[in-house]
Amino acid sequence: MADKVLMKGNEALAEAAILAGCRHFFGYPITPQTELAAYMAKKMPKLGGTYLQAESEIAAINMVLGASSAGVRVMTSSSSPGISLKSEGISYMAGSDLPALIVNVQRGGPGLGGIQPGQADYWQATKAPGHGDFHLIVFAPSTVQEMVDLVYKAFELGDKFRTPVMILADGMLGQMMEPVTLPSALTAVPDEKPWAASGHANKRKKNIINSLYLDPNLLEKTILERRKRYDQITAEEQRCEEVQCEDAEIVVVAYGASARVSRSAVNQARAEGIKAGLLRPITLWPFPTDAIARLAKSAAAFLTVEMSMGQMVDDVRLAVNGARPVAFYGRTGGVIPTPAEVLTAMKSLIGG
Amino acid sequence: MKKDLNLLLAGFGGQGLLFAGKVIAYCGLIENRQLSWLPSYGPEMRGGTANCGVCISDEPIGSPLVVAPNQLIVMNLPSLEKFVNAVPSDGLILVDSTMIPATVSRTDVTVRCVPSTALAESNGLKGLANIVLVGTLFSEYEFCAYDTLVEAIRKSVPASKTEMFDLNIRALRLGLEYN
Repeated sequence: MADKVLMKGNEALAEAAILAGCRHFFGYPITPQTELAAYMAKKMPKLGGTYLQAESEIAAINMVLGASSAGVRVMTSSSSPGISLKSEGISYMAGSDLPALIVNVQRGGPGLGGIQPGQADYWQATKAPGHGDFHLIVFAPSTVQEMVDLVYKAFELGDKFRTPVMILADGMLGQMMEPVTLPSALTAVPDEKPWAASGHANKRKKNIINSLYLDPNLLEKTILERRKRYDQITAEEQRCEEVQCEDAEIVVVAYGASARVSRSAVNQARAEGIKAGLLRPITLWPFPTDAIARLAKSAAAFLTVEMSMGQMVDDVRLAVNGARPVAFYGRTGGVIPTPAEVLTAMKSLIGG
Repeated sequence: MKKDLNLLLAGFGGQGLLFAGKVIAYCGLIENRQLSWLPSYGPEMRGGTANCGVCISDEPIGSPLVVAPNQLIVMNLPSLEKFVNAVPSDGLILVDSTMIPATVSRTDVTVRCVPSTALAESNGLKGLANIVLVGTLFSEYEFCAYDTLVEAIRKSVPASKTEMFDLNIRALRLGLEYN
């Protein structure tokens, strides 16, 4: 195994993308994501790849669309307001069945908001990353190591299911350093892409990449075909980590940075004799509904912790389906909750 | 059992607190322990206070945000005022007394006042007050082996500035031996 190195989340993610064979990056700078783009700017030219700072986020995502159409491994990264600008292009990519990695290092919103860490883009990422009937696969890392590991998974699943994939991180994960083991480099990007518009040289039928279907029956057919892939993703790709959930009476559900805070709170609760556990979604879409529904049989109550006014809590409630109370605790606008606050919320849930 | 570190370093931007934090984080890496390093970022760094939290443990690090530091290194008055009461009882506060004329009135914590900025300057080590304080931290709270700390400095100093390594070690010794 390779030696551990100390890296910022943003830089580790960028290095992982390079190791995974991504040679094309299009973006526009924004805090707290900037180190990711800066790393690409430094490395890509030396590797014969493309680093391009576009004139806007809208231009950048459409360059991603173009590169993906040609069949190459491609990515972009931004932070909350920038992702909103990219949403039109993301929808076009989903409608064109194009894989790509889109990274959102979230900050507080709405509007320009702030630059401190946030998790208020959950609804955007999982419910409405653009107009129309579609989903992204959404990963939520909570360590720098996971920022790396999920990049490989994101490219792999994007190619397999022909869909854009989002890594939904936050400013804390982007800025912090942790020890990380980098994977070995992929020598060749796997998967032939017979659908790519990469030049047919008069040897095959031309490929057309398009999201415009004026015949509603034809459009419906493409959506239903895509829906089958979504069903397969939902059945096969739900991921989460369960910490001390076996005998837990209260299960805290949290992802990303707030999962780290919640892990500290759960440990503190256990030290005080409270049977607490943590369920940490690693995929936000597909949401780990099955694991939560299973725990709804053994746990007495759920507490969802987010750096928002309460967004993922909707999906927890749908998964619990009324079987148990589901409470919420959150801080928003760039404020990070403390373990003590989460512990207090846990106590008030079991006390009342 | 090795000691856990739950350290906050705070001061002005430019005092090298993020670098000092990185040196300490490398100590955790070298000894193959769990660790996190989290800087403040954004406008508070530009002219205002800059701080950085470092956690080292044998258990996975939960929240990397250090809200109740067991060890606090402060290099300006606003940071002392902001964090002095966040340190739990029996904690350790290291104060750069060149930069902070005020005293700490708390009696339930260990306070070490080191004129690190003056010490560094009078020894030809301008800009290395941060590492002087790392030395004092080590002398008060041995969170790793001494050789680890030396190796961590080696890793943190850019390869192109090898002469800086010796200066950093001298600064470290100054803080370590200061009474």
